[in-house]
Amino acid sequence: MRALLERSNRFLDAPLDLGPRLLLVAAAVVLVAGIALFPLWSMTMFAPQYEEGLRLQIFSYKLEGGNQGQDINEINVLNHYIGMRDLVSDDFTEFKWLPFVGGALALLMLRAAVHGHAGHVLDVVVLFFYFGAFSLWSFGYRMWSYGHNLAPTASVKVEPFMPPMFGSKQLANFEVYSYPAAGTYLMVAAALLVVAALAAAWRQAGVRGQKET
Amino acid sequence: MMQSRNRWVWVVLGVLAVGVLASRCAPDRRTSRRATVSDVAAAAQKVYVAPGDLDEYYMFASGGHSGQVYVYGIPSMRHLVTIPVFTPYPATGYGFDDDSKAMLGSLTWGDAHHPALSETDGEYDGRWLFINDMNGRVARIDLRDFKTRQIFGPVPNVHGNHASSFVTPNTEYTMMASRFSIPLPEGTAVEIEKYATEYKGVVAALKVDPKTGEMSLGFQILMPPFDYDLGDAGKRVSDGWMFWTSYNTERATGKLEVTASQRDRDYIAAIDWRAAEKAAAAGQGDTIGGVKVLDPRRIPGLVYLMPCGKSPHGVDVSPDGKWIIGSGKLQGVTTAFNFEKIQTAIRNKDFTGEEDGIPVLRYEAIKEAEVPVGLGPLHTQFGPDGDAYTSLFVDSAIAKWKLGTWEVVDKVPMSYSIGHLSAAEGDSVSPDGKWLVGLNKLSHGRHLPVGPSQPESSQLVDITEEKMKLLLDAFTEPEPHYAQIIKADKLKPIEVYPKEENKHPLAIWDVKDAGVTRDGNNVLVKMIAVRSTLTPTSFEVRKGDVVKVAITNIEQTTDELHGFGLLGHNINIVVDPGETKTVTFTADKPGVFAYYCTNFCSALHQEMQGYLIVR
Repeated sequence: MRALLERSNRFLDAPLDLGPRLLLVAAAVVLVAGIALFPLWSMTMFAPQYEEGLRLQIFSYKLEGGNQGQDINEINVLNHYIGMRDLVSDDFTEFKWLPFVGGALALLMLRAAVHGHAGHVLDVVVLFFYFGAFSLWSFGYRMWSYGHNLAPTASVKVEPFMPPMFGSKQLANFEVYSYPAAGTYLMVAAALLVVAALAAAWRQAGVRGQKET
Repeated sequence: MMQSRNRWVWVVLGVLAVGVLASRCAPDRRTSRRATVSDVAAAAQKVYVAPGDLDEYYMFASGGHSGQVYVYGIPSMRHLVTIPVFTPYPATGYGFDDDSKAMLGSLTWGDAHHPALSETDGEYDGRWLFINDMNGRVARIDLRDFKTRQIFGPVPNVHGNHASSFVTPNTEYTMMASRFSIPLPEGTAVEIEKYATEYKGVVAALKVDPKTGEMSLGFQILMPPFDYDLGDAGKRVSDGWMFWTSYNTERATGKLEVTASQRDRDYIAAIDWRAAEKAAAAGQGDTIGGVKVLDPRRIPGLVYLMPCGKSPHGVDVSPDGKWIIGSGKLQGVTTAFNFEKIQTAIRNKDFTGEEDGIPVLRYEAIKEAEVPVGLGPLHTQFGPDGDAYTSLFVDSAIAKWKLGTWEVVDKVPMSYSIGHLSAAEGDSVSPDGKWLVGLNKLSHGRHLPVGPSQPESSQLVDITEEKMKLLLDAFTEPEPHYAQIIKADKLKPIEVYPKEENKHPLAIWDVKDAGVTRDGNNVLVKMIAVRSTLTPTSFEVRKGDVVKVAITNIEQTTDELHGFGLLGHNINIVVDPGETKTVTFTADKPGVFAYYCTNFCSALHQEMQGYLIVR
């Protein structure tokens, strides 16, 4: 037990080798790319009248409809019959804080890479996982709200519902498919890279401890 | 006793004789032209387009005196859509909204005969479709949205625009010619006895803007008072020339069916339109009725007359441009003229006379062959590899023959009395073969009885093999004269009007902007149509107000059309997704009038309604 704590202390203060530092830089790049360039989530809806499907992609900072944006209008036109709020980018507070927090995390990764202490890497890992979990919850809660806050004056009354987050679901005449997209996979990749940096640092700390004793 | 036995013998013999005679009388009906059963299975497979599958070709058929263009899919022969051109069409609101109403002007009918797809290098390019109207007009349909975008005319001096519209190989011009000759300028009255000298025919070349397709006046050529019937532009080697059939070269009046059928030969007029274009550009000719008119008497070299079989109807130029095919409809032969020989005869001044100063070429010098196609030959279409197909009105058949060897190789009966015929890309420099449609004038007995007003029959013929095969009867809207068939993948029509292209000054895209503004007695209503509300849902005006309703359909979804039908005011317009249309009317009756969406749109279409209140 004591050995473990010693190793932990050593580990947290230990300067990082080149390998973990490079992993951190890579993680920062992958994270920024995932948040800035790619959609995080994608939803597709099929119905007999919509054989081509209506497509919605959720980026960290915007919504994008398929068919040159037209699919969002179509989804909103259809949803207004059941009293659902229009999907508009302005309603998503996530689009403001998510890119900001993602950028901040990338900066923390670079800081850890430059500063070179394993403790900083651990901070990043913890914050990153909190960020990921909070974002997922936030996304889920938003989906839940859209499906549950239906106008009482709607022309078509439906039971409040939870749209799918992962997988497919039949909603009235629509088959809805919802899956994470490239941006999310890049975020996961960034997380793995940071964890790998941490693991590498941990192993180094172990090796150094043995040398000292 | 003997006598009575004899009498019985005579009676029996008499009955037998009558029986024998009766069995020798005419059959109940002509030998049936129905296809045999084995043909049916093969034919059915060729024309069957499974649910959800698409046809291979579009056929644009003229609607005759319905004034419209009808679009069919080939090989299914299914009617896909009607494009209103010269006649109001409530189904699309055409002729009710301000713009299309202004385009139609005071004429609410037209007689449309000959559609002409725009061409580039002699190939159909799928940009526009031009079509004539007997009332001196030519319309342009944009094939990007299948909408009539211009009705040009009535063109001055051209009386009875039958011979139209025919485009030149790069759509430099769409050509027209007068069926009826009149004294010029229009407005001049001259007694009928002076027809032969004082009445004039006119050929008009309407200039087509190469970017927009917009037609303008171009130039015209003064012609002898014949009746000009049909035309075709030269192509490849004969590019730069235009050929027109004419009848009544007798210059007769009165009972034309007799008086105009006296000569054994009438003429095909060959016009060097590039020379005419140059002459007009050089400022030659006189201005009559606001347009530059060239007189071939004063400008030699523009027009030559080619003698052709009696009262020719169609003239068609072969895909390579070498052969000019003319058919005397009152004879049994089709003549193939050789373009090279025509040029030689012109150079050698091989003339046999003149008409109003226009040289007549010597028939024997320009003729290549006379093809004995059958009775009443009218029009010729082409396939690849030198195949030619001529419609035979009197024989009620299509004859297939060969360019070059001039032999007739096959015939297929048509039901009945075929007029024009149309082959896949058959007017282009590279016809596809494959499909041929006979556009018949009579259909009797080929369909379920529908009363005395009968539909026309159009028949699809497979021309992929040496023998032609009749595949399908279709009953087309009245009345297809000519049609053109274009490969479907050459057209890329839009499905909605993109919002960013809508530059209408009264377009609005947010229901917050919808509403009513007043300027004196003029009331402007900016309205939005979107599933499933017309906003505003009611508005008030005062009796006598001039009300303009500008409706924007803010949908960007395929097939989400919205209508605006206003009861009691003869108003129904239909607005396509992304489009803005206006309709203007005087609120001359006090009361309350409902308006509603006439074009079914959605589950709550029936709720899409509102009220006009007139105080």
